[in-house]
Amino acid sequence: MLDLTQYQSIGAALKDALDKFADEVCLIEADREKEKERIIYREFKSRAYPLARALQDAGFAPATRASIIMTNQSKWLISAYSIFHCGGILVPLDYKLTASEQWQLLKHSDASVLITEYPIWRLLAASPERRSATSLKRVLITEAPPNADLFGAERWEDFRGSGEPPFVPRLRKDIACIVYSSGTGGRPKGCMMTHENYLEQCVALTSLYPFWPGVRYLSILPTNHAIDFMVGFFGPFICGATVVHLRTLRPEYVREAFTKYKITYASLVPLVLKNLQKGLQQRFDELPPAKRRMFNFLRSINVALTKSHPRPAISRRLLGAVHQAFGGQLRTLIVGGAFTEPQTLQFFYDLGIPVANGYGLTEAGTAITVNDLKPFRADTVGKPLPGMKVRIADPGADGIGEVWVRSKTIMAGYLNEPELTTETIVDGWLHTGDLGRLDATGHLQLVGRKKNMIVTEEGKNIYPEDIEAVFENLPVKEFCVFAANYVWPQRSLSSEQLVIALHLAAGSTYTEDLRQKVIACNNRLLNYKRIHGVVLLEEDFPRTASLKIKRNVLAERVARLDRASAILPL
Amino acid sequence: MRTLQQTTQEVLDLAATHFHVPAGTLAPEDDFFKKLGIDSLQALEMLSRLENHFAIELPDFEVQGVSDFKTLAERIQSRL
Repeated sequence: MLDLTQYQSIGAALKDALDKFADEVCLIEADREKEKERIIYREFKSRAYPLARALQDAGFAPATRASIIMTNQSKWLISAYSIFHCGGILVPLDYKLTASEQWQLLKHSDASVLITEYPIWRLLAASPERRSATSLKRVLITEAPPNADLFGAERWEDFRGSGEPPFVPRLRKDIACIVYSSGTGGRPKGCMMTHENYLEQCVALTSLYPFWPGVRYLSILPTNHAIDFMVGFFGPFICGATVVHLRTLRPEYVREAFTKYKITYASLVPLVLKNLQKGLQQRFDELPPAKRRMFNFLRSINVALTKSHPRPAISRRLLGAVHQAFGGQLRTLIVGGAFTEPQTLQFFYDLGIPVANGYGLTEAGTAITVNDLKPFRADTVGKPLPGMKVRIADPGADGIGEVWVRSKTIMAGYLNEPELTTETIVDGWLHTGDLGRLDATGHLQLVGRKKNMIVTEEGKNIYPEDIEAVFENLPVKEFCVFAANYVWPQRSLSSEQLVIALHLAAGSTYTEDLRQKVIACNNRLLNYKRIHGVVLLEEDFPRTASLKIKRNVLAERVARLDRASAILPL
Repeated sequence: MRTLQQTTQEVLDLAATHFHVPAGTLAPEDDFFKKLGIDSLQALEMLSRLENHFAIELPDFEVQGVSDFKTLAERIQSRL
């Protein structure tokens, strides 16, 4: 591993890694059962340099903002490296957003270059939002079919310059990436992450979960997400490890990839982890009685032997068939993006497959706490990583309060949102909006949220104000969307739901026709963003002088209603 | 060659069988996430079944953002 304390920027560290590990395999790309390609670091460099040179020849200046909207694949990483090599600022966007949402963020970030895939660009180009994206000067698209209409874009594969591109140095305090933690509605939250944020986070994470040449990381979470960017790109690359990309995320091919490529680490969202648990449990239940008894016996021995810390070699011998189903080399599954049920974590740990659950926010780099497995604690999100200071603000008698964090991994601020930044980072402390307590051993337990938002099992942050626009034409006097757990605080982070509060026009009632109209509006949202129920209110909503709804005051009013009877399911 | 109507009906029948829903209760305009109560992984499993049934490959990008049977059937039809 490179000594990152010696580096000023992501680009400088990656540049040296490409030379240091020149002959190691850096990327494997598979499409269903076919392996498409396998490239070494030297080859990666030979593909990235012509792109970087072409960007420079086209006038790409330091600090130019360039966005990538791509599925997980080699060209994502090659493009990102080229941007860093040129001293640019990367704006990684979620390929799963709608074209309209992607345009909103492209405009908000002021990106002048976009690198994307042909199928994504086809949708973006057809969107009416394109006309107002005046800052975007150049679009490069990958894998466009021959003779395809490129809608004004250029082919990524043909955009190549000749000669070595001069490396453009950046400083630790310079912005490396603008990462959107949420907000495609009224107030996009573009986290400005510095080079130092990433360098420090990488040192902290790899001290617990190291990479080295030969380690294979399966990249499933979208690379625009902070976790995959760190453990599916920067972390493995500065250690000479291999990243495996799949061009499809069908469960059968993901399962096959573990065995085919002898995966060492993989990051998953809780939904996928639960799916794996369900599949395994089903197979255990189908075992003949004698075999099942034997399996349960061996598992109980494994539980006893791994109480204080994991013992991978022993677990693999005791429960060989289970480990072989994961390729036999799996050291740890990393789970992130949302709350994971403790019983799911324990299920895997008891099989000798540790799940590194943790807690993080885009605003704080990748992770704030991670389970160090010494011993494994399924009921917590682990201890603060080296360099992270965590405190509980104004704890109640039960020790519960808002989680505050201070470290070198905290973002520089929200793009174009100085007020929001000062509200969120106070005297160097990031106010997370999450509620938790630190136990006597320093483990953090999360118990709920203080903020009006939900996180889905697929790791998506949904803010009510971002989805309200679709309900604007409802025939009601006024409406407001809430996270149900914000209104009625729960000591739980599972099964979070959104509800819409409706104030009907005088004399009207909540009819089946209105219910259908709410459903029709709801169906215009992506499935994970949809509301689950309606709450009817009879008084005018409290508003500010500028007529904005006072959400917190309204929430207090809604909270006086009984939750179970107040929410009318859709 | 199937018509779009035939393809749509086969999609509905296969989804009903796969998720143990009474035949005839699904309609082309239905949102399959809500109607079947499934998550995104189960939807991907359903796509694999449909691919086998129609002997086609549906790249993930083709079904990105699709949540109703009608659009799904149209995407399948375009690849038949």
